[in-house]
Amino acid sequence: MRTEWQNDFAAALRNPDATLPPGIRDGRGAPRARRFAVYRNNHFVSLIDALADAYPVVQRLVGDEFFRAMAKVFVATNAPRSPVMLEYGAGFAEFLDEFEPVAQLPYLADVARLEWAWLSSYHAADADGIDATSLTVLLPTQVDVLQLQFHPAAQLVCSRWPILSIWEANVVDEGDGQIKPDAGPESVLLNRPRESVDVRRLPPGGGAFIQQLMNGLNLAAAAALATKARSDFDLPGNLQGLLESGAVIGFSVPGNGATRENCDTGV
Amino acid sequence: MSASKISTAGVAGALALAISGAALTTQTAHAADMEKCYGVSEAGKNDCAAGPGTTCAGSSVIDWQGNAWKLVPAGTCESIEVEGGRTGSLKALDRDLP
Repeated sequence: MRTEWQNDFAAALRNPDATLPPGIRDGRGAPRARRFAVYRNNHFVSLIDALADAYPVVQRLVGDEFFRAMAKVFVATNAPRSPVMLEYGAGFAEFLDEFEPVAQLPYLADVARLEWAWLSSYHAADADGIDATSLTVLLPTQVDVLQLQFHPAAQLVCSRWPILSIWEANVVDEGDGQIKPDAGPESVLLNRPRESVDVRRLPPGGGAFIQQLMNGLNLAAAAALATKARSDFDLPGNLQGLLESGAVIGFSVPGNGATRENCDTGV
Repeated sequence: MSASKISTAGVAGALALAISGAALTTQTAHAADMEKCYGVSEAGKNDCAAGPGTTCAGSSVIDWQGNAWKLVPAGTCESIEVEGGRTGSLKALDRDLP
């Protein structure tokens, strides 16, 4: 629980027009708004720097000056929730969704989602993907109801925009920086099978398919929904890509589905 | 059975195809291009992709801390030299501990 004084202090930290919190005094006991302003400035600059580190592609797309001005608006309304700075910046994509000055860059928020997913994947726990051949023991009826467990570093980002193409063109300085927003939707699966984040563009329907599997749907149900979303959904190709990504770390086959259904009806 | 429902044989067959395809490619896909390098990160700038329950990223408190690691391109770790002639190591070091 924060005290009232701490709330005043935090409010003064974020608002340059706020009155100095009581008790902030120099060595001679006089209140010093200018000294507090130095601290306030450090607070903003360090958080803006943290955002710039987390979102290099967004920064490159809008330019340094614009990015820092925009980041300042975000910082003013989004206090850190953790002392670990690499966790700062969650929610920046949702901020961009609503931030009027970037409304003419409709893909920007999804690019931010991709950058955050990359960071989340990078910092997630280690785990080992299953060996695909371990699935060969399953009977066809078991394959139907197969449920998959995903790697802690597995992240899915689906967009109406070609976010991975935009990201690839801007993530390193050598990229040509070219953006073709009309190139069509892209869905991206990220995982960190070993030390490096693996980023892969999903084939048609792949985003819907993996989303359903992540939600806990079984293989047949997820495949049916993906086929409904995209008639050109290629099940073997999508499964192969998923297994190769190392994003699947376990699987289960429900022992007796009928029993569970009975429980649900309260019998 | 509705038209959009995929038959059991279809799903199982697709999985079999996917497994044979994946088994061919994953043999070569595991060459690591980064490695964990101990003793070369500045205070507070260590990386973390460690096991569950750790909050080690950015947690090193002194420069070149021997039990904190940073990801570097594979094969370069032991050739990294930091202040005072110290070099990186692929295993945790007992030097420069807080």
